[in-house]
Amino acid sequence: MHDKTLTELAAGLQAGKFSSRELCQAALDRIERLDGELNSFITVTAEQALANADAADSAREAGDAGPLAGLPLALKDIFCTQGVRTSCGSKMLDDFVSPYDASVVEKLRQAGAVNLGKTNMDEFAMGSSNESSFYGPVKNPWDLSAVPGGSSGGSAAAVAAGLVPAALGTDTGGSIRQPAAFCGITGLKPTYGRVSRYGMVAFASSLDQGGPLARSAADCALLLEAIAGHDVRDSTSVARVVPDYTAELDTSLAGLKIGLPKEYFGDGLDPEVETAVREAIKVYESLGAKVCEVSLPHTHLAIPAYYVIAPAEASSNLSRFDGVRFGHRCDDPTDLEDLYKRTRAEGFGEEVKRRILIGTHTLSEGFFDAYYLKAQQVRRLIRQDFLDAFDEVDVLMGPTAPTPAFDLGAQKDPVSMYLQDIYTIAVNLAGIPGISVPAGFAGSRPVGLQVLAPHFAEAQLLGVAHQFQQATDWHLKRPAFGKETA
Amino acid sequence: MMQWETVIGLEVHVQLATQSKIFSGASTAFGAEPNTQACAVDLGMPGVLPVLNENAVAMAVKFGLAIDAEIPETSLFERKNYFYPDLPKGYQTSQMAQPIVGMGNVEITLDDGTTRTIRVHHAHLEEDAGKSLHEDYHGMTGIDLNRAGTPLLEIVSEPDMRSAKEAVAYIRAIHAIVTYLGISDGNMAEGSMRCDVNVSVRPKGQAAFGTRAEIKNVNSFRFVEKAIAFEVERQIELIEDGGQVIQETRLFDPERDETRAMRTKEEANDYRYFPCPDLLPVTLDSAYIDHQRALMPELPSEKRQRFENQLGLSAYDAGVLASSRAMAEYFEAVKEACGDAKQAANWVQGELSANLNRENLEIGDSPVTAEQLGGLIQRVMDDTISGKAAKQVFQALWDGEADSADAIIDARGLKQVTDTGAIEGMVDQVIADSPIQVAQYREADEAKRGKMIGYFVGQVMKASRGTANPQQVNSLLKQKLDQA
Repeated sequence: MHDKTLTELAAGLQAGKFSSRELCQAALDRIERLDGELNSFITVTAEQALANADAADSAREAGDAGPLAGLPLALKDIFCTQGVRTSCGSKMLDDFVSPYDASVVEKLRQAGAVNLGKTNMDEFAMGSSNESSFYGPVKNPWDLSAVPGGSSGGSAAAVAAGLVPAALGTDTGGSIRQPAAFCGITGLKPTYGRVSRYGMVAFASSLDQGGPLARSAADCALLLEAIAGHDVRDSTSVARVVPDYTAELDTSLAGLKIGLPKEYFGDGLDPEVETAVREAIKVYESLGAKVCEVSLPHTHLAIPAYYVIAPAEASSNLSRFDGVRFGHRCDDPTDLEDLYKRTRAEGFGEEVKRRILIGTHTLSEGFFDAYYLKAQQVRRLIRQDFLDAFDEVDVLMGPTAPTPAFDLGAQKDPVSMYLQDIYTIAVNLAGIPGISVPAGFAGSRPVGLQVLAPHFAEAQLLGVAHQFQQATDWHLKRPAFGKETA
Repeated sequence: MMQWETVIGLEVHVQLATQSKIFSGASTAFGAEPNTQACAVDLGMPGVLPVLNENAVAMAVKFGLAIDAEIPETSLFERKNYFYPDLPKGYQTSQMAQPIVGMGNVEITLDDGTTRTIRVHHAHLEEDAGKSLHEDYHGMTGIDLNRAGTPLLEIVSEPDMRSAKEAVAYIRAIHAIVTYLGISDGNMAEGSMRCDVNVSVRPKGQAAFGTRAEIKNVNSFRFVEKAIAFEVERQIELIEDGGQVIQETRLFDPERDETRAMRTKEEANDYRYFPCPDLLPVTLDSAYIDHQRALMPELPSEKRQRFENQLGLSAYDAGVLASSRAMAEYFEAVKEACGDAKQAANWVQGELSANLNRENLEIGDSPVTAEQLGGLIQRVMDDTISGKAAKQVFQALWDGEADSADAIIDARGLKQVTDTGAIEGMVDQVIADSPIQVAQYREADEAKRGKMIGYFVGQVMKASRGTANPQQVNSLLKQKLDQA
């Protein structure tokens, strides 16, 4: 049961082959058995999950089942969940129990999904390896000495290891797509504004976007349908009709124009990753697509611009963690300044502090124009690059990450860690949707193919990914970790 | 002796009268138990997002239109970053580079009737912070976040005022505009209007401004006047003693009528303004602005002109009656009820204002309603009661003796006798009873008679218990006494 897709499990529940309680209990057992080693969950809400599973079973009996009724899921611990700890991977929020549900959490509950718990992540979503979590690193189920990627590393590892069929993550600079690639699963970052950010602890507000990590593009379509849409509580969410993504999966690829950004195949790209990606593109050609090279000339500016804008927003977003109203507070503060200084010194980890410092600096008087304003100008150029490219082609393809999953502890220098996001970060700056699809292996470690589409073209993106998965079986590969022995 | 000129600029924070907060659905009502009107958004909980209250935008636009300001097509919310316990998010959402209201003008009227135009540099929307409560917490500080997120319109003037009187006239003008527009209750005691006052002095004739001090959070007309007076004197003395004014933030202490420097540490802030990524730019097209314009009520200056031109009131009366929305509305209701603008104006500015002043009441708290007063004036105009009796009736209405002037007139038997036969009878009786006075009257010349007739009038009025129509009494007496 643990290696089935969400779509298959939904069919099984519908056919009465098993109950939601059986399904969720099996998943909880597997988490119990395997997650000690994997560390993909920060909090498991077994009791609540089983009660919700029972409720879903009753609803189904009453003929009142929602589209995700009884399906177990996990949520990155960045989504606020009422009555359940929402830590954001930080000591700062180790004891924070949210008084409200995030909008997407509400939507998933209305659709009948059963949340099994909260997954591990880089602290405040700042990282590409899940090593900055206060709750310790997560291991990659394909190779326990490798990282799962980040920042949604817990969600990706949990899905890859068959602990849950799907999970939600967030993507600010690649945090859904890169861990999906490292863990051999499918991960979708929707268009900025497609999914409500209300109740997602903010890292960089103009870049953050929630989305699904699952075993197939079809599963991502099912989940996106449930969580997308305008939310009156998020002014940046867009009032556009949510298409029936599942219904549009079977669109033919004949005549599809694929652009390969030449900047995504340059120096620093691992040869095995490149080989896998080029093989995948051949599959598309065999399905009737036309391939050409395009250019995104400002690609080299994406990382510098991102590391001005994201830390600037983060430095402001994280100001509320001051020990006054919630979260960590230092012992026996002597005065207000001492309260602030020690609370924040103790509560935040190194990477978070580094980014708060960078952001505070770039917004400071005398530096704002040179950094923040300049970065915003670059951002417009990067967005224009994509718009120009989409005048020529329907979708863009390339590797999700320059290398396969690296070893735990291998990236010591923050800048080399930042370079991990070289192919994903520009997508957030431009606000367009992107998906990472399993496309082979480099040694024992999975490789992801990234597909990008114009704003709000998720239906097309999911269809393009789904057609690939109809023709290949990379997404069906499962790691040896956790194989049932009995 | 050096001649000094005072230069004043004001930042007036007006609390907008929206039902809910500027970025959340929590209520803005004043006086609730601490922290009962602060939702997750106001508390700055992780993950929450602001949603702009459209009413606050509409109110700001109306203010802009009222001062003939430019309303830019696009305005922007920015974050002003600083740490303080009553600032839940660690930043205040405000406007800096692109405020909602651009340059405008406010006309002020001074006590001597002269008018001046004060330029408004801009007005911007922002959220209020909470309150730190320093008492009753055993040396700790309590935080009440009920006020956090209350919408404020900050109106920033140019340094155009040259005296404390002008500054007060400016604040009164702003107060009149916002209360006329209904965009604020203007209640200064509850903090609905607060001022930061920038004061500097310079030698008369010098073009460059002197160094200014900013006096924070002054919350009454009187305090503004006193704070400026103190500050001007302090600065002049300082300079004349060879010192220099330093640019600093000061606080006004109403107990001692003085300003004191705040600790400099509190102002050494770099606020790191940047556009708030959670809020879209506000774009207002001309159709929206026209719509808001159409919804605007008559403004103080328009009202003053109408009172003068259409109702025939004097410039002074029109000015006083239009000075506040409450006063103008009361006056117009009285006028409506009695049908005579001049009578209504006289009563509102005379008897009513005297009573209100004596008991320190606002016109909105008047125990005599406009309808009651109008009813009373009607009885004077149709000669049912005399002017003297009317004052009695007014006092009785004020004291709540009855619901209407008519009820009091009936109960007290104040109805004026206008029946000529009845008055004639009383006149004849008085003449018959006063032979000596009649003889003296008839011997006197015309000039003296004028004074002497008062005695007879008084006697007739007394006989009628004040109900006889004095004009009728007068003319009948004159007629009969002059006959012989």
